[in-house]
Amino acid sequence: MSHAVTEAPAKPVPAKGKPALSEGKRAERRLGLLLCAPAAIVMLAVTGYPIAYSIWLSLQRYDLRFPDERQFVGFENYVAVLSNSYWWTAFGTTMFITVVSVAIELVLGMALALIMHRTLVGRGLVRTVTLIPYGIVTVVAAFSWFYAWTPETGYLANALAGESAPLTEQWPSLWIIILAEVWKTTPFMALLLMAGLALVPDDLLKAASMDGANAWQRFTKVMVPVMKPAILVALLFRTLDAFRVFDNIFVLTNGANDTASVSMQTYNNLIKGLNLGIGSAMAVLIFITVALIAFIFIKVFGTAAPGSDQGGKR
Amino acid sequence: MAKPPTWSRRGRPPARAAGLLGATVVGAGLLTACGTEGGMKINVYYAPEDNFQTVVDNCNEDANGRYEIVYNKLPRDADGQREQMVRRLAAGDDTMDVLGLDVTWVPEFAEAGWVEEWTGANKAEAERDVLPGPLETATWNGKLYAAPKNTNVQLLWYDERITPEPPRTWDQMMQMSRDLQERGEPHEILFTGAQYEGLVVVYNSIVESAGGRILSEDGQSVVMDEGAVRALEILKEVTTSGLTDPSLTNMEEDQVRLAMQEGRGAFELNWPFVYASYASEKADDLEHFKWAPYPGVGSNGDGRTTIGGYDLAVSSASQHKPEAFEAALCLRSAEHQKFSALNDGVPPTIESVYTDPRPLDPSKPADPENNPSMATEYPMKDTILEALKNAAVRPLTPAYQNLSTVMSKVLSPPSDIDPQGTAEQLREQLTDALDSKGVIP
Repeated sequence: MSHAVTEAPAKPVPAKGKPALSEGKRAERRLGLLLCAPAAIVMLAVTGYPIAYSIWLSLQRYDLRFPDERQFVGFENYVAVLSNSYWWTAFGTTMFITVVSVAIELVLGMALALIMHRTLVGRGLVRTVTLIPYGIVTVVAAFSWFYAWTPETGYLANALAGESAPLTEQWPSLWIIILAEVWKTTPFMALLLMAGLALVPDDLLKAASMDGANAWQRFTKVMVPVMKPAILVALLFRTLDAFRVFDNIFVLTNGANDTASVSMQTYNNLIKGLNLGIGSAMAVLIFITVALIAFIFIKVFGTAAPGSDQGGKR
Repeated sequence: MAKPPTWSRRGRPPARAAGLLGATVVGAGLLTACGTEGGMKINVYYAPEDNFQTVVDNCNEDANGRYEIVYNKLPRDADGQREQMVRRLAAGDDTMDVLGLDVTWVPEFAEAGWVEEWTGANKAEAERDVLPGPLETATWNGKLYAAPKNTNVQLLWYDERITPEPPRTWDQMMQMSRDLQERGEPHEILFTGAQYEGLVVVYNSIVESAGGRILSEDGQSVVMDEGAVRALEILKEVTTSGLTDPSLTNMEEDQVRLAMQEGRGAFELNWPFVYASYASEKADDLEHFKWAPYPGVGSNGDGRTTIGGYDLAVSSASQHKPEAFEAALCLRSAEHQKFSALNDGVPPTIESVYTDPRPLDPSKPADPENNPSMATEYPMKDTILEALKNAAVRPLTPAYQNLSTVMSKVLSPPSDIDPQGTAEQLREQLTDALDSKGVIP
């Protein structure tokens, strides 16, 4: 479990200045490549082709309603999107939701992970209960939040919102979206962190305890440094996921009052607007942003990223 | 995985199964279905309408086994309806035959080449006796692309105990509302102010009433003339002077209806469905619930109200076009329009239906409870007809969806409108939307 998780983003270490390979080694390598080929080809077909096609579409003026006016326009669509205030509003909203929800999830997830890790009785039950929200379909969960926050019908709205309709105002809506996201994905975070906790040797904690470290010191000076690779992976996964948030917003506000995420806006332009050019440009921009986030995580915090040598376990 | 039963269901059902089928048959539609087992199916995709299946069954009887119309219900919300059809049409789905299009979608579907042009006898039949406004919504570039099925217009609703004489113009309405406010009586002017199509409808009605234009005649360019700016001023004035409901920006048709029924408003701008609701929920006060034409602007005479409704089109990918045209014509025939008007409250597009004195069942006398006629169900039918003859069509353009999204966004909230600035903003963003260059919010 812990291995699968911590090693997930590990990349094959590029071979630098290796000695010439023997005949047998080369044959072995060829066989290895051949065995990998089917998987690589399938990956290319299902991910490479759509990505390339979106990039190609994003360079064209292509609106399904004006099929005759299809033409190559270079980067015009990108200029249109990047110079548009709606796009940047959505971008800001998405960033806000991402940062806040991931931060809250990290804290809550860590607490849950510690609880799950330390539970002595009914361990299976505790873990199952914790994971239930993650097992519920997002749209279904989003609808229950939606009704809960609808005046008259919803218990939360009746209890907390009084006369107002929180889902019709920007800030209350954003917090409700974050709440729904956090509720839904904290268990996932906890699961990843629990895997990291398993890496912390008990002896280390006992030794620290002998040396007089209190619980908080043991947590910050021993557990967190050892778990760092797992924490980073958990953060990376959740950040990438959170940035593409769609279903919760779609159900809760449908993007009204400046609560649309970039994914929602892409959907609106592609599916509602039928504008394949602009929509694909947005999709590519999201792809680039996600790649950038991953890059920053790996390069900036990279020293301790799992898979890179010295820092981690192994 | 159970193979044998699957096989027997796909193939010719054994005698026992056939008997069971026969026993469960209840309606005429199913009977015909049995008659044309494996025969031609005409798939109709149309919004949910409670009694539309009866119309379909009737048309199936008329078809006499040559084909069977199947009513496929689209989602309840307009966006959901459009998305489903558009996605499938763009992919060339040939199992859709007749499409129920909202009046604002016809240019879009026609321009994209998804719906067939109506010609010859079919065209003549689809146009016969149809009111000009609804007909205009089915036309694009001078060609007919759909047969108007039903229409709709907004009227001004008021309580004669509060205002015995309804206002004729927006200025009068605001003045009366102010006077009522001073006297501490219900004074609110209620209309759809939420950020959605309803706000666009209100704005379009005021623009047209002021003699203005948003787009040019051919839908190719943005005009936003003086009338359009005047309409912005009116929207601004009415929403900043305390005459509207506090939750204006959250109000869609139904909230507007409820606010009026709860006695919060003096004036309500809404579709005729509010009358039926009023009749069933506040029957005691119904006699005081009155209607008038949409308020006008300045000295431009009566207001012009925006048309709603549905048109029936034939998909270009359909495998059975001649039958699809025939089926569409049957589904919106005068007789069936009357049936739908009386049972489902959707106003007809054919003029003679309004003056048809015969009740639903002509063999029995008219009776509001069991055998309604146009006169009993639509006491406001003359006003509707008058409004339809002078109606405002929403801008006709294939890019209407973009246009509407941008407009509702820029106009929200109406109290923040700065007439000149907002007009400039609309000019810019609508031009982009028309060229499908702009980003939809």
